[in-house]
Amino acid sequence: MSDLNVMTPEEVAATKAAVMNQLPGAEIQGQSPLHHAELEVLAQKGPKQGGVHLKELKLLGHLMLRMNPENADQLAAVERVLGVGLPLQPLTSVENGNYSIRWMSPDEWLIIVPGAETFDIESKFRDEMGGHYSLVNSSGGSTVLKVSGDNVVEMLKKSVPVDLHDSEFPVGKVVSTVFAKSGAVVRRTGEKEFELVIRRSFADYIWLWIQDASREFGLVVEA
Amino acid sequence: MLHIYCPHCGEYREEEEFHAAGQAHLARPLDPEACSDKEWGEFLFFRKNPRGLHHELWVHSAGCRKFFNVTRDTQTYEIKEVYKIGEKPSVVAE
Repeated sequence: MSDLNVMTPEEVAATKAAVMNQLPGAEIQGQSPLHHAELEVLAQKGPKQGGVHLKELKLLGHLMLRMNPENADQLAAVERVLGVGLPLQPLTSVENGNYSIRWMSPDEWLIIVPGAETFDIESKFRDEMGGHYSLVNSSGGSTVLKVSGDNVVEMLKKSVPVDLHDSEFPVGKVVSTVFAKSGAVVRRTGEKEFELVIRRSFADYIWLWIQDASREFGLVVEA
Repeated sequence: MLHIYCPHCGEYREEEEFHAAGQAHLARPLDPEACSDKEWGEFLFFRKNPRGLHHELWVHSAGCRKFFNVTRDTQTYEIKEVYKIGEKPSVVAE
């Protein structure tokens, strides 16, 4: 790998030129994948009591990082940019304020940051990191749903084939799995709170699925 | 339904998350131009179909999306061993 990590100044410059701010100006309104569902309206009109709570954490920045986990220089660079090191253990995640990093595979991590900071962080990565790696802004391709409440585990049991018991699925664990025939990255953020990273194109389907799966417990939409 | 251990995630998952990718340990001929039609055709199309132990390639498609090898008994469906790409199987047919 070492020869791949030696780059000429021209090559380094080329990696920086590829970065562009994907956020449009203020004149264009950003719309999340569930914009059409009008969750804000439902949050006002809908029930306030129920076993499952749903909130879309919309328009966040999703950065997909791929690199060699044995490269100490790059690990240090990640820590300089985000203030926290990559989770190297399988199926784990770390958090630092508004930043969270999910382990996706042995050489791949999903970094979620506030939407407005995405471009800054991406640029910082290009300045700090050297060598052979890939950082892709996939913010437009996915969205995050936060599901919580007393019956959230029962609702998820209908949707994913993984063991959700506390002993098998502790807080902080991350699992990429099938969610109701679609895919989702499920992360436990609290005893009764989970975050799902889902595909944009499946957002409507999963929104309908969650409504159906939560019907017996009562679904509370939060905005 | 098979319960498959993913060596990259380090835990058992449902078969639903995986895809079988055919026979393992297929070496592509180093110089395809020098192959006879028979050799090349056998590499491309001919696969083992044993009754008993079989080495297969699987991918954890809904999880970490990594490939790995599985030694499985095609008669009982029992998975004898799971090992990463590049490693040698310890359970082999006699």
